[in-house]
Amino acid sequence: MTPGARRPDLLPALTPLIVAAIAAPFIGSLPTFVTLTVASLAMGAMLFVMASGLTLAFGLMDVLNFGHGAFIAVGAFAATVVYQFAPHGSLATDLASFVAALAAAAVVCGFVGYVYERLLIAPVYGRHLEQILITIGGSIVIEQLLLALFGTEPLDLSPPAAFRGALVFGQIAVEKYRLVALGLGVLLYVLLLLVLSRTRIGLLIRAGVENREMVEALGYRIDRLFTAVFMAASALAGVGGVLWGLYQSQARAGMGADLLVLVFIVIIIGGLGSVTGCFLGATLVALIANYAGFLAPKLALVCNILLMVAVLLWRPRGLYPLGAK
Amino acid sequence: MNLTLDGVHTHIGRYHILQGVDFQAPAGLTTMLLGRNGAGKTTTLRTIMGLWRASRGAIRLGERRLDGARASDVARAGVAYVPETMAIFSDLSVRENLLLAARAGAMDEARLDWIFGFFPALKTFWASRAGSLSGGQKQMLSIARALIEPRPLLLIDEPTKGLAPAIIDGLIACLKDVKERGATILLVEQNFRVAREVGDRVAVMDNGRIVHAGEMAALAEDAELQGRLLGLSLDSHQ
Ligand SMILES: Nc1ncnc2c1ncn2[C@@H]1O[C@H](COP(=O)(O)OP(=O)(O)OP(=O)(O)O)[C@@H](O)[C@H]1O
Ligand SMILES: [Mg+2]
Repeated sequence: MTPGARRPDLLPALTPLIVAAIAAPFIGSLPTFVTLTVASLAMGAMLFVMASGLTLAFGLMDVLNFGHGAFIAVGAFAATVVYQFAPHGSLATDLASFVAALAAAAVVCGFVGYVYERLLIAPVYGRHLEQILITIGGSIVIEQLLLALFGTEPLDLSPPAAFRGALVFGQIAVEKYRLVALGLGVLLYVLLLLVLSRTRIGLLIRAGVENREMVEALGYRIDRLFTAVFMAASALAGVGGVLWGLYQSQARAGMGADLLVLVFIVIIIGGLGSVTGCFLGATLVALIANYAGFLAPKLALVCNILLMVAVLLWRPRGLYPLGAK
Repeated sequence: MNLTLDGVHTHIGRYHILQGVDFQAPAGLTTMLLGRNGAGKTTTLRTIMGLWRASRGAIRLGERRLDGARASDVARAGVAYVPETMAIFSDLSVRENLLLAARAGAMDEARLDWIFGFFPALKTFWASRAGSLSGGQKQMLSIARALIEPRPLLLIDEPTKGLAPAIIDGLIACLKDVKERGATILLVEQNFRVAREVGDRVAVMDNGRIVHAGEMAALAEDAELQGRLLGLSLDSHQ
């Protein structure tokens, strides 16, 4: 076969459609189906934002960061602080304070991520058991700090007025905030793809995910690259935390830890290190969570674990494994 | 620049693999590193590159000590490495693979044309994913990556493995030209025809030590020495 003639592998990209098609007859009513699907796409976008950095960090250094969830919570609390001081009322101020909240979360989480990586992760490169223990420990410390700083009660984090309410199309109502979250998730996805395909640091990340030793042998410091990726991953988790907090209308110290199982399912389904796989995985997980949550609420998480098993039986290294032939 | 190894030992885990390696690859020449399977050739290159740490001994490029340096610093000291596994980045295109190897940023067009002259397939598949290349084309890419910018020292591990004869001829021409341009080459090679054609000096390893060092031409003419040093696995009439 001539190189380059390979057809793009589209089958995994169709899986969300297949899931939706299977679920539709069980759900029955069209408005309900549309509402659930839009909710899923929004939740998928948020899960993607939370998981995208983790999959890159994991792919690049094989680091098992069980503390990733803590950054989600830190991001949400950073947003509550911004919202305390931010003006609101008009669309412009609402948008400005939203952007300020996202930026604050990214900066704070990026900084905490830097300290966390240098202090906790750098000493245990390549040692998985220690990584699990130390990152769980690190996340407990961060959660306790949040409790000490902000109290044990969840803080209110309602979306600004501009994002409240729904757009109504006949019988179908679509919450505005879900569209905001979806739009932002897609925007970050496109930005990440552009960084990974158009910039030298992006190429280095993709190369490093496949063979970090060779990246080093070409003259690049893989440890510094990883620190940068880790900071970006933490910042993205923080941004995801703001989005999720606004969605839930609250910031809670344990919110990230609760989401971590889903986040791990997302990156495993997607293929470690693959941004597109992560986006698809997040969409699939969210679709299943919403459809199953509607049809059989108690089975939602079980269904997602079954989804992961099914995907791994079909594609043992995830939907879009990197370095595949 | 001269590459000098002085009593280099390397441990991998609890195995003592290199047990005092001494040799020199003189500046501007091609030195062959030969030896049976498992003799320690790859380990020697990896140790020079900083991918294994020498537990004892000194490695010098010119005046500069390389032992103890991390691989990225060895690379920036002017060493290019073509590993036995090729280690191309299969998810990246041919172009992107070369772009990363060009640390200065942009690739030099004239140099690129010079490389395409030896390995035309790289031009044909410029925009293709490297993972979709054939084994031989991947090998060309791995070598091209080491050549895209001039480096004083090239470490090349079994570049002809699995290559078709026509491609091997291109590679031989390429290595001769690289030397003409002033690079020092340390080349591990099982194909004795290639070794004889491109080698100026030779060092033969066995069991983690150098057991013979001298002129490549002298070894090429001495069948008895070849048999003793390299065993019968090598066919000098290849
Ligand atoms: N990662 C490793 N762990 C343990 N032992 C190793 C490792 N790499 C190499 N060795 C051992 O070191 C010795 C030298 O291996 P090396 O790969 O350097 O040989 P070589 O001369 O390159 O052989 P070949 O011609 O087969 O490529 C061998 O006995 C090998 O089993
Ligand atoms: Mg070898």
